Amino acid sequence: MSQMPFYVSPEQLMKDRADFARKGIARGRSVVVLGYDHGIAFVAENPSRALHKVSEIYDRIGFAAVGKYNEFENLRVAGIRYADLRGYSYDRSDVTARGLANAYAQTLGTVFTQESKPYEVEIVVAEVGSAEQQDQIYRLTYDGSVTDVYGFVAMGGGADGIEAGLKERWTPGMPLADALALAVDLLAVDPAGGERRALGPTSLEVAVLDRNRPRRKFRRIAGDLLAALLSPGDPTRDALQEETHGGRRDAGDGATHPEATGESPRHTATNPQTQRHPEETRGGDGD
Amino acid sequence: MTASEPGRLGPAYTAPGSSSFSEFLGAHAPDLLPSRRSLPPHPVDAPHGTTIVTLTYADGLVMAGDRRATMGNLIANRDMEKVFAADEFSVLGIAGTAGLAIELVKLFQVELEHYEKIEGTLMSLEGKANRLATMIRGNLGMAMQGLSVVPVFGGFDLDTAIGRIFSYDVTGGCYEEHDHHCIGSGSLFARGSLKKLWRPGLDAGAATAVAIEALYDAADDDSATGGPDITRRIWPTVAVVDSEGVRFTDDDAIAGIVEGVLAGRRGNPGGAR
Repeated sequence: MSQMPFYVSPEQLMKDRADFARKGIARGRSVVVLGYDHGIAFVAENPSRALHKVSEIYDRIGFAAVGKYNEFENLRVAGIRYADLRGYSYDRSDVTARGLANAYAQTLGTVFTQESKPYEVEIVVAEVGSAEQQDQIYRLTYDGSVTDVYGFVAMGGGADGIEAGLKERWTPGMPLADALALAVDLLAVDPAGGERRALGPTSLEVAVLDRNRPRRKFRRIAGDLLAALLSPGDPTRDALQEETHGGRRDAGDGATHPEATGESPRHTATNPQTQRHPEETRGGDGD
Repeated sequence: MTASEPGRLGPAYTAPGSSSFSEFLGAHAPDLLPSRRSLPPHPVDAPHGTTIVTLTYADGLVMAGDRRATMGNLIANRDMEKVFAADEFSVLGIAGTAGLAIELVKLFQVELEHYEKIEGTLMSLEGKANRLATMIRGNLGMAMQGLSVVPVFGGFDLDTAIGRIFSYDVTGGCYEEHDHHCIGSGSLFARGSLKKLWRPGLDAGAATAVAIEALYDAADDDSATGGPDITRRIWPTVAVVDSEGVRFTDDDAIAGIVEGVLAGRRGNPGGAR
């Protein structure tokens, strides 16, 4: 550990670090996370098909980030490891966005105060519930502070302008197509005051946590479906409409017939061997 | 450096490179890995899972298992599930020590999903089969104490659009099987049955019926394999894998097929054709 050559007040030190992190974050394109009638949508301006800003963490939990790719990718992988370890050693239902947000907050906070350079990232951890009231969205900044936001959040370069737009125009229970149109409209504004950018499906990364899906709620939306959702004249309003086949794909499908067996009714979820979950046997409505 | 910081996701979480959950467990929580456990000094008596049959058909693969677990001469569990979806396009059935086998299934399921989330893509079918072989190899010590786990793995190969079957031995050897395969105590009888009933180009319904009939033949001659339990309405678990993913056939459909098999055997218990 090197000695500080001159005295720098703690206030100044923290301010310098915060300014440094903020500058790094402001350079990147923005990400919008907003609720819609069947879940939570993530919309990022990201022309890359391979380097994601939005990702699945666990059954009901999604992740979005802006800033330095290697740093938030590191946090994303750590979050997946945290969630999978917790779900493996306890139960899948014991993995929560709140727990993950706390772990991220501790990590970002420690890095901010103790390492030579803070992470230049801002992340959102979102968990979809069985109804809109149970949806949770946490926003974490470079210094480890957490805020629990309701309905929508924007991060990155033009975040302030986008949040102002969302505050004005976002309403709870919007259909997915409207929510995406709103997010794309706000993302297209140049924060520096230049011309509006044209954002088509190829320059967007879109994903949803859809509460009507079976166990894994996260789903990426791209290609024709995204184009259909974004075009105002198209009747496609929600991501689930084109998914007609097959029903549930995850482990567990057949409900038992306790009334027919004469044995005491035993919920499949109480039998740890089956690894079936109540929401799946009840048809994916969640709890 | 700062691993002692409470609540922080430590170096094992942020270490780059690995997309394997079991490797992460080995580095961070080795006591959770089945292969790191100390061996019991003497052979242990524990519930034992029995027969699984699997066969390919025109569009994919069917895997079915009876529901019985035995411990010595006793029935330990009569409605145990022994066929599991490993991920969206693969299934595995287990025979052997039930507790260890189910732990292995759980670890394997997390392993595949973990890889998929970190890499953003599905593992190849051979990749999955090889991961499972590595896990079984780790259990060899337990197998020497009589606690062996022998799964059968099957899946839909998205590259070649066919169903494929992989079998294993206790040392982790992985072998690709053609057409059909059976494991567990009733496997000899089920195999005899499948040899006579399987034919190329079956459809999903016919393949399910063949699997259920093979399980019936296994239960007919092997006391550890559970036959269809009509009074309790406990039917075999049947999973179908095709290009749309894994589906478990629902109980009402299986009940219909089982009743058809039973009707065919009335007055013809051996199922002579």
